[in-house]
Amino acid sequence: MSTVATQVKLWYWQRLSAMALAICVVVHLAVIIYASRGGLTAGEILGRTHGNAPFAAFYSVFVVACAVHVPIGLKTIAVEWLRWRERNASIAAVIIALALLVMGLRAVYAVAA
Amino acid sequence: MNEPLYAAIWRGKANGSFRTYEVPRHESQTVLDVVTYVQRHLDPSLAYRFACRVGMCGSCAMTVNGTPRWTCRTHVAKVMTGNTLRIAPLAHLPIIRDLVTDMREFFDKWKRAKGEFAGGRTRCDDFARVTPNSPERVAADAGVECIGCGVCYAACDVVGWRADFLGPAALNRAWTLVNDARDVGGRVRLRAVAGDAGCHACHTQGSCTQWCPKHLAPTAAIAGLKRATAKAAERGEL
Repeated sequence: MSTVATQVKLWYWQRLSAMALAICVVVHLAVIIYASRGGLTAGEILGRTHGNAPFAAFYSVFVVACAVHVPIGLKTIAVEWLRWRERNASIAAVIIALALLVMGLRAVYAVAA
Repeated sequence: MNEPLYAAIWRGKANGSFRTYEVPRHESQTVLDVVTYVQRHLDPSLAYRFACRVGMCGSCAMTVNGTPRWTCRTHVAKVMTGNTLRIAPLAHLPIIRDLVTDMREFFDKWKRAKGEFAGGRTRCDDFARVTPNSPERVAADAGVECIGCGVCYAACDVVGWRADFLGPAALNRAWTLVNDARDVGGRVRLRAVAGDAGCHACHTQGSCTQWCPKHLAPTAAIAGLKRATAKAAERGEL
C-alpha cells in the first residue's frame, strides 16, 4: 500500500501528463493531417524525420507523458473494476510504464536518429 | 387519480426479493406516503426509517426506480413509470431488513475524514469574527446544509468500487471545515482526506451532485480538496 503522499503525487503527475498529452495529441494529429494531404510514402516520412532534433524532442516528450499517464490510469482500472490487489496493480503499472518508455523511445530513436 | 399504483418493495436482507403491493393513489402523494400506507394497512412487518417528513432529518432515503431519493419530499407523480414504483434500500450500505440499511460505515467515514470541528479558542477568548462574504465562508456555506441522508453515497460508483473510499458526504463535510476560519485541524484533516481512499479517488462523474436532494455540490467540494491537498503536498505537509 503506497503512502498518501505518494498517491497524491501520482494523481498530480497524471494530471500534469494529461496536460502535456492534450497538446501532444493535437499537434500530432494536426501534423499528420497537414503532412499527408497529398499522399506520403514511408521513405518520404523518414526523409523528413531523420536527424530532425525538434521532431525527436517532441516525440520523446509524447512518449514520456504516455509512460507516466497510462500506467496510473490502468492501475486505477485494475483496482476498481478488476478488483486487483493494490500491490499487484502497482507492479503491473510499473512494468507497463517501463515497456511504454522503452518501446516508445526506441521507436523515436529508429525514426529520428 | 382513482387508478391504484403498484409498489414493488424490497423485503428481507441482501438475498431478499421484491414484493408488490396495491396502494390507492392520491394527489400530492409522496413515496414515503406509499411506504407508510403499506406498513399501516397491508403489512405491518415492513421495516423502514423516517422521522421528520419535511426533508430535514435525512432518515428516509431509499432507492426509488433505481435512483436514490429522499422519499418524504419525492412526489409519486414525479418518479412513477406507468403505474409502478420500485422501492429498494439505499445502495452501498448493508441491508438490515427491508428498506432499512446499516449506516454505521457511512457515518464512521465522516469521523475518518476528520469531520468534527476542531476549535483553537476557549470560552475566555473573544468571538471569532468571520466575514460572511469572504471566499472561504462562501465555500463553507455552500456545503453546510447537508442532512446526512446518504443519497450521494448510494449514487457514487466509486463507493461501490472502493470499500475504503470516504464518499461524497464525508468529503463535503471536510471541505466545509477546511474553509472554516475558526478550525485548527487543517493539516491532519487534509492528510485524512487525501489519497486513494479520499478525494483523489473521485472520478468527477458528478452523480452525488446530480442527486443531492439539498442541491449541494460534493463534486465541487472534492475538487476543492484536491487543490488544497496538492498545495499541502507541495509544502511537504502530507
